[in-house]
Amino acid sequence: MVERTPFLNFFTHLILFVGFVFCVAPFAVVAIAASHNLKDVNDVPMSLLPGSDFWINIRTAWTTADLGPKLLNSFIMAAGVAAGKVIISALTAFSIVYFRYPGRTFIFWLIFVTLMLPLEVRIVPTYAVVANVLSPYQAILDVTGLSWLIEKVSGVQVSFSLGLLNSYTGLIMPLIATATGTFLYRQFFLTVPDELTEAARMDGAGALRFFIDILLPLSRNNMAALGTIMFLWAWNQYLWPLLITTDQSHATAVTELKQLIPNVGGAPEWHIAMAGTLIVMLPPLIVVVLMQRWFVRGLIATEK
Amino acid sequence: MEKRVTFSRSTIGILFAVPQLLLIFTFFYWPAGQAVYWSLTLQQPWGGGNIWVGLDNFRSILANADYWNSITASLVFAGISTGLAMFIALVLAALTDRQLAGSRLYRVVLIWPYGIAAPALAMAFRFILAPEAGFMAVVNQVWPGFWDPGLDGADAMASIIVAFSWKYVGYNFIFFLAAFQAIPRSLIEAAAMDGSGVIRRFRDIQFPLITPTIFFLLVINITESFQDSFGIVDIMTAGGPANATNLMVYKIYSDGFKGLDYSGAAAQSIILMLLIIVLTIFQFRFIERRVHYR
Amino acid sequence: MASIAIRGVKKNYAKTQVVHGVDLDFASGEFVVILGPSGCGKSTLLRMIAGLEEISDGTIAIDNTVVNKLEPRERGCAMVFQNYALYPHMSVAQNIGYSLKVAGVPAAERTQRIQAVARVLELEHLLDRKPMALSGGQRQRVAMGRAMIREPKVFLFDEPLSNLDAKLRVQMRSEIRKLHRRLNATSVFVTHDQVEAMTLADRLVVMNAGRVEQVGTPGEIYTRPASRFVATFVGAPAMNILEGTVELDGLSLLGGSRHLTIARAGLPVGSKVAMGVRPEAVRLVAPGTAGALNATVDLVEELGAGRVIYVDLDGAPFSVMTSEAVHPEPGSTVGLKLSPDDMHFFSPETGSRLDVFKASIPEPAL
Repeated sequence: MVERTPFLNFFTHLILFVGFVFCVAPFAVVAIAASHNLKDVNDVPMSLLPGSDFWINIRTAWTTADLGPKLLNSFIMAAGVAAGKVIISALTAFSIVYFRYPGRTFIFWLIFVTLMLPLEVRIVPTYAVVANVLSPYQAILDVTGLSWLIEKVSGVQVSFSLGLLNSYTGLIMPLIATATGTFLYRQFFLTVPDELTEAARMDGAGALRFFIDILLPLSRNNMAALGTIMFLWAWNQYLWPLLITTDQSHATAVTELKQLIPNVGGAPEWHIAMAGTLIVMLPPLIVVVLMQRWFVRGLIATEK
Repeated sequence: MEKRVTFSRSTIGILFAVPQLLLIFTFFYWPAGQAVYWSLTLQQPWGGGNIWVGLDNFRSILANADYWNSITASLVFAGISTGLAMFIALVLAALTDRQLAGSRLYRVVLIWPYGIAAPALAMAFRFILAPEAGFMAVVNQVWPGFWDPGLDGADAMASIIVAFSWKYVGYNFIFFLAAFQAIPRSLIEAAAMDGSGVIRRFRDIQFPLITPTIFFLLVINITESFQDSFGIVDIMTAGGPANATNLMVYKIYSDGFKGLDYSGAAAQSIILMLLIIVLTIFQFRFIERRVHYR
Repeated sequence: MASIAIRGVKKNYAKTQVVHGVDLDFASGEFVVILGPSGCGKSTLLRMIAGLEEISDGTIAIDNTVVNKLEPRERGCAMVFQNYALYPHMSVAQNIGYSLKVAGVPAAERTQRIQAVARVLELEHLLDRKPMALSGGQRQRVAMGRAMIREPKVFLFDEPLSNLDAKLRVQMRSEIRKLHRRLNATSVFVTHDQVEAMTLADRLVVMNAGRVEQVGTPGEIYTRPASRFVATFVGAPAMNILEGTVELDGLSLLGGSRHLTIARAGLPVGSKVAMGVRPEAVRLVAPGTAGALNATVDLVEELGAGRVIYVDLDGAPFSVMTSEAVHPEPGSTVGLKLSPDDMHFFSPETGSRLDVFKASIPEPAL
């Protein structure tokens, strides 16, 4: 628009620049602190010129917190959650959009309600379920008297037990059990023209064929967006991995960060802590930068 | 909205939904139901009997000053960080929407913080705001003892608020910018033809049109401040000093897993669930008012 | 090639009925056009033939086999959709060949058949493109190719030309006609465009509000519309209808203000009729000519080859189409000469045709 607002334009640039600085500064501080040695990092004020110990600190942080395997764990968890979400949500959305069966609306609401309660607030009982993932089914058999019946008839005592603590499955599955992706797909499926479905039916394709040949390829953008969002979300999970990975071998990079907090009374090794922080925040940052388009799209679409 | 065209084989249809249903039953409904059950019983950790105690767990929680302290802290945290993150994001988005030179850069960079894990950014801020090193130490040199989140509850609260807001400015920015860009250009131009200036247009046209987004973000920010705060609190303050930052989720975690008081933790979970459900219902009251031009 | 027999077919959605019992027979190799306004049930009928809609009542048989319970793929029909419904992520070749792929036809044979179809439709140079990169006309041809490749017994067209611009529509019309002559498959074509209907149809079915109003050749439909609805729906500008009362020596029109002297047969004096006359059947004469109706000119629409003159007959709108070089001024008075042979009479209550006045009815040219 042809409008002369020199003061407002100056003001706009100024504010945006300040915002930019506040947004980037913490990243810069982390990177700079990670390059100092113990003395320099504790200088007041800390020098904003990078020091020379960057790679040494990175290496120290890497070995202290054992970040190699932890990053791999994080990656497996994030990729598993992203893939699981992308697949399972697509299946479910296909079911509730493209079929009419009794109870469909009920299923829709069952899934919809899961949007309301995040994992964090039902963390204690979810932990108990993961400790023995078959306990709900055992309880059902017990309460309905079926286990008593089975024991009478076959003489076998029914006792299901499958612990998922310290396993990738236990890490991943509860994080998939929400409706976010389902609704993203649902919104998209509803915009797919009916004629396409009809054309496929005229061409002789059944439900499964249509799903695989037509619907999934058309959903590529949504899959990329959902995958990106879910990968980041899972990578950044903290409370859940902290709880269920009591054994170090399955801990994730984000939970390991705690090991790097300088102890009270110990040497304030902030340079190592910041080097570790940098390593942990780098993968999601790279994903955000590279997948920006999908990230933004996914963010907006999942919340619709 | 419904599809006109569907497939007739409904048994296949249900099969497609089975994996999801099994997952949400096992990891959502069962635990949620379990939480209700535990909250009404006195449960021995992992096995042992549980005694029906009715609403006693709730009564004892609600009579506990620590719990009320936790609720107050959560509400203070939610209120200030939401207000801060939304206000800053709104200003930045409105200015970016003016599409002056460089606005593309801001659009890219301002989103970065949201990608970062809460514990990682908490670590960064723990250093930046540390009283003896980092940047607040400079202030402490001038006014000794001015800033110490390790000793002063208000300082600790301020620290976690800064860290959380920093992350959520980027998130809110995305939604505000999308909302601004969804306003048809012709509307702004019509207002300009009617003789209203930039500020006036923002007040009369743009701001009213994005109110649905404001409501929406308000609810999301508050809910997230309950959940996503856990990592920040755990890394930066561990609930201290003197429970000043012992937010609700953190308290559930420490009571349940450190204090092994499952019944109390379950009752707290139920209260938090109810709080979030109320918020969500509140959001749905406004969801119809949300306008998507995209 | 196949015949289609439709018997007492009805369609209900929840509480509303959209097709109220239709009986039709389409001969093998025939090109049938179903014409009607939007919402008349014509597309629903077509989709019931295709198997995309459940048939609520009645039967549809293709080649004497009742197909009510058959899946679309088992009926031997192919369909061309209004918005083409091309798969956006597949190339032209994949789009055309998809039904063969589903049917498990080996790749080599598939390629060969795709090539053959592409040759007929002149799509050979476009086979690798995605639908996005095609023009409207090209997309239309791909949609036809997709239908053709299966060598179906029946072709179904659901308003396939309505998304094209006027020029392309005319061109595609003649291409469809040529293609039909070549393949000679039974074709059912649904449209709301009467020009399309008239030019394409061997036989025309006019539908309104879920019922068949008339079935006949385009000539029959035009010259002997079976109902007031057909009369006003087919033909542009629409047929003029004037309400009147039968008198001893003819008709009293417009509440008695005008009188037409024509021979009367059959109907009792005093009964009400609706008299229709096509704008192109009215002659303009000098005002005051004996037996002519005087009217005031409202508006003249120039069409180049001729013009449509909208006049006012005592408050009732009336139109005249003429190719003569007359240019009456708006506001001036003209005379309208109506020939009894060109008049159509309908019952004002039921709208059905009344053949009571006609001395001689021109037989439709077959």
